Amino acid sequence: MLDRRLITNFDWTLIGLVLLISAIGVLNIYSASASYKVIGAPYALKQCYWILTGLVLIVIVCSVDYHLLEDVAYWFYGVVLALLVVVLVAGKTSMGATRWLHLGFINIQPSEPMKIVIIMAFARFFAGFPVLRKLTIRDILYPLLLLGGPALLIMKQPDLGTAILVILVASSMMLYVGVRWTALVSVFLTALPVFYLGWQRYLRDYQKARILNFLDPERDPLGSGYHIIQSEIAVGSGGLSGKGFLHGTQTQLRFLPEQHTDFAFSVFSEEWGFIGCLVMLCLYFFLILWGLQIAGRCNDRFGSLMAVGVTAMLFWHMVINVGMVIGLFPVVGVPLPFFSYGGTSMVTSMVGVGILLNVSMRRFMF
Amino acid sequence: MSEQRYVRESQESGRRIFGLSVAAGAMFFLLFTRLWYLQIIESDRLLDLSESNRLRFVPIAASRGAILDRNGKVLVSNTPSFSVAVVPQDVKDKDELIGRLAKYLNLDRSELMEKWEKGKGRAKYYPVIIASGITRDQVEFLEENRLRLPGVDIEMKPIREYPNDQLAAHLLGYLAEISEQELENEAFKEYNPGDYTGKSGIERSWERELHGTDGGRQIEVDARGRYLRTVSETTPEIGNSVVLTVDLEIQKRAEQAFGDKAGAAVAMDVNSGEILAFVSNPGFDPALFTGRMSPAQWKEYLDDKRHPLENKALKGQYPPGSTFKIVTALAGLEEGLIDENSTVVCTGSHTMGRDRFKCWEKKGHGAVNLKRAIKESCDVYFYQLGERLGVDKIAAYARRLGLGERLGVGLENEKGGLIPTSEWKEKKYKKKWYRGETLPVAIGQGYTLMTPIQLASMIATVANEGTVHRPYLVKRIVDRDGKVIKEFTPQVLRKAVFKPGSLNAVKEGLLAVVNEPKGTGGGARLYEVKVAGKTGTSQVVKLRVDKGNIPYQYRDHALFVAFAPYEKPEVAVAVVIEHGEHGGAAAAPVAGSILRAYFEGKGVIRKPVKDEVTADDETEESPDTIGEE
Repeated sequence: MLDRRLITNFDWTLIGLVLLISAIGVLNIYSASASYKVIGAPYALKQCYWILTGLVLIVIVCSVDYHLLEDVAYWFYGVVLALLVVVLVAGKTSMGATRWLHLGFINIQPSEPMKIVIIMAFARFFAGFPVLRKLTIRDILYPLLLLGGPALLIMKQPDLGTAILVILVASSMMLYVGVRWTALVSVFLTALPVFYLGWQRYLRDYQKARILNFLDPERDPLGSGYHIIQSEIAVGSGGLSGKGFLHGTQTQLRFLPEQHTDFAFSVFSEEWGFIGCLVMLCLYFFLILWGLQIAGRCNDRFGSLMAVGVTAMLFWHMVINVGMVIGLFPVVGVPLPFFSYGGTSMVTSMVGVGILLNVSMRRFMF
Repeated sequence: MSEQRYVRESQESGRRIFGLSVAAGAMFFLLFTRLWYLQIIESDRLLDLSESNRLRFVPIAASRGAILDRNGKVLVSNTPSFSVAVVPQDVKDKDELIGRLAKYLNLDRSELMEKWEKGKGRAKYYPVIIASGITRDQVEFLEENRLRLPGVDIEMKPIREYPNDQLAAHLLGYLAEISEQELENEAFKEYNPGDYTGKSGIERSWERELHGTDGGRQIEVDARGRYLRTVSETTPEIGNSVVLTVDLEIQKRAEQAFGDKAGAAVAMDVNSGEILAFVSNPGFDPALFTGRMSPAQWKEYLDDKRHPLENKALKGQYPPGSTFKIVTALAGLEEGLIDENSTVVCTGSHTMGRDRFKCWEKKGHGAVNLKRAIKESCDVYFYQLGERLGVDKIAAYARRLGLGERLGVGLENEKGGLIPTSEWKEKKYKKKWYRGETLPVAIGQGYTLMTPIQLASMIATVANEGTVHRPYLVKRIVDRDGKVIKEFTPQVLRKAVFKPGSLNAVKEGLLAVVNEPKGTGGGARLYEVKVAGKTGTSQVVKLRVDKGNIPYQYRDHALFVAFAPYEKPEVAVAVVIEHGEHGGAAAAPVAGSILRAYFEGKGVIRKPVKDEVTADDETEESPDTIGEE
């Protein structure tokens, strides 16, 4: 299956870009956790293990022709959806949220694979649509159901960040396919009351507080608005060229919440300044463009949609995370791909990269 | 799939990919803009915030400098005091904690609550002092029960100690917590809420020197305000000590001589202006102002008719009464209107126009020359002289002696007294000066007002033959190691030139006042040293009720000014006894005691075997004491 053409077409630029970002991420985690008293392996080292794990996953994902995924897309979707239901019933509750599932030897967070399988399911669904046909309201009814189930289940955990992310990824794919204005307008008109109901009935107080505090961080400077203020201080105090590696005061004195995970970029901004951020965002932007390029060059609809979906996933993660860190969006627990510490995020992102590479290297094999 | 359709499809796909790329680019641009705003435009402000974020400043109060007497004896120093501080962030149940503390410390709950409320709005890690001046027993008790009192800290800081209790309270002044207005004042920008500042007396005037420089610890804290490490530490610098010109022994004896009488006394070195004793009686307990003063105590101070909170030596303005005859006499001699032989016949009153001005001696003194007029304080003699001089001439000589204006002692709110002139009256009341008004002025009544300091300065100027020194209280400032920082030397405010004859004539009269039969100031006589002085009785109300008991507040003030030794003057003293009625009987003995203390200190007079010499003893020793009336 892995013939020589695949090796020649292997997208070294993409993997190089990802590894570069990950390497910077490791350095950053090293700094972010420098003030921690860690028992066992330090976070930076553990992150390296996760990167290696990710690379292994890339190899595995690449080795299977993505065209095969088209057949099993709905099955995968069904299994993960079922797991999401199980989580709600029998999940492990920590810090007020039920997100994890104990499977004996391993703990999984079904909302993570849902990000990937919703892409697969949508790709599968839209693969059959003619390119030139714009989607009507009837066309998107079924996909909306595909999306609504997991989105509600994830929101119920509650994990607002992931739910929003799944919705954004799916919506981006639909936009790529093309939606009629009438359909868009009707979706919005339906969505508004749903959001209202959701705000009233589903959102927890801390989630409401986060959104309100985002709108006005001074509302509660020591409460949940705290994160936004401290992060903005960290980012802004970095100035043009930053305070230097390991010299971010906000970081080293732990004013930042979850600074090695969700607020890792805040640490980076403080220590490397505007110049560092510029470089970092350019790398990400390059990654996104590269992903879209892969989608554009792919000759088959399913592969193209998969590539768009994965790129959208990486893009929205990145935008929401950075936007949150710099006070542009409310605080929702969304990690920065390849950059934030954490195995879950690394695995999901790497699998996504694996799919991109898969699509990229098989583009001539149609 | 037709070729054509394939092309159209791939064109459409390409367009959509391009569209998505542009959309992504727009999003990135948004992020860049925000980063630019934070990291370039707002950078300085946020950098400041991040600095203040991690560094906390914990002040360490500097020990206040001491106040010493001229011989280095301690007047005010420091002693450790314990306060109960509460760190709000460590408190679990506020109400319970305050309830417990109120019980343990035997204090009012609402009082503690009030202090707690004061701490609101400050950082949660910053200790709020909710009770000060607790006893060592209470400290021990709290230490033992520490586990049940989360968030409670015992803080030790130096507070004022007064080894001589109320001695010289008005001079030394008291400390109290810095006020809101002071905190807003630029001069107090280094101060923190809860600091103590001098509110009166030397403590206030010399706050800058005494306060010292607070030290502090710059600590790094994490987001929860938990201590991480000390970045830098500046040790507090103990304030400088103020060495006064006052002599503790003289001060003590002066206050003893006053007993419970209200009034003021100032003793001064005639050759330098150094103030040797500075009494305002009754005093108050300065420690009460620093610690907790009970409302009852406060009310007691306020209701006391003797006004213990008033600094009478500095701010009390009294009609100088007959002591002012010194000025009138000098004016007359200098103007050539009288000499020592000119006589006036006193019939007990003097008539000018339709008005009759009475002498205190209703029978009249008969023919009196200057010496006798001073000795027996004949009013008629000075009425006549005053009439001839006119108010403005009298005022001119008073001014030459440095009267009618602040002398600049260096304490707050010093009063300048009042020397009336016709111009002054014109300005103030828009009325002409009546010649009849000059007569009371000539004997120190009417509009004329002087402070005890001015009285002392006046007699000192007569004693040293014309030099008006600035009376001063601070001899030098020394640092903690005793190194002299500033030394204060005598300052001459003005030098009045008098004919030697004039001064001698007046002085002879003053000597007679104390030492000759029928002199009004016999109460100040010392057998070892020649004292010269002048009594005074100043009217508080014009209409005198001759019989029956006059209510305290309407009784006359008793005054006495003196200097000694007569031949070579060293020390001058002024005593005012409020509502003491007779200058000779009430004030002269006090002045005598002060002079005795001075000469005992000099070794001129042997100290009596008996330790204490009270005012009463002195009075008994002076057989010639006769009231002026």
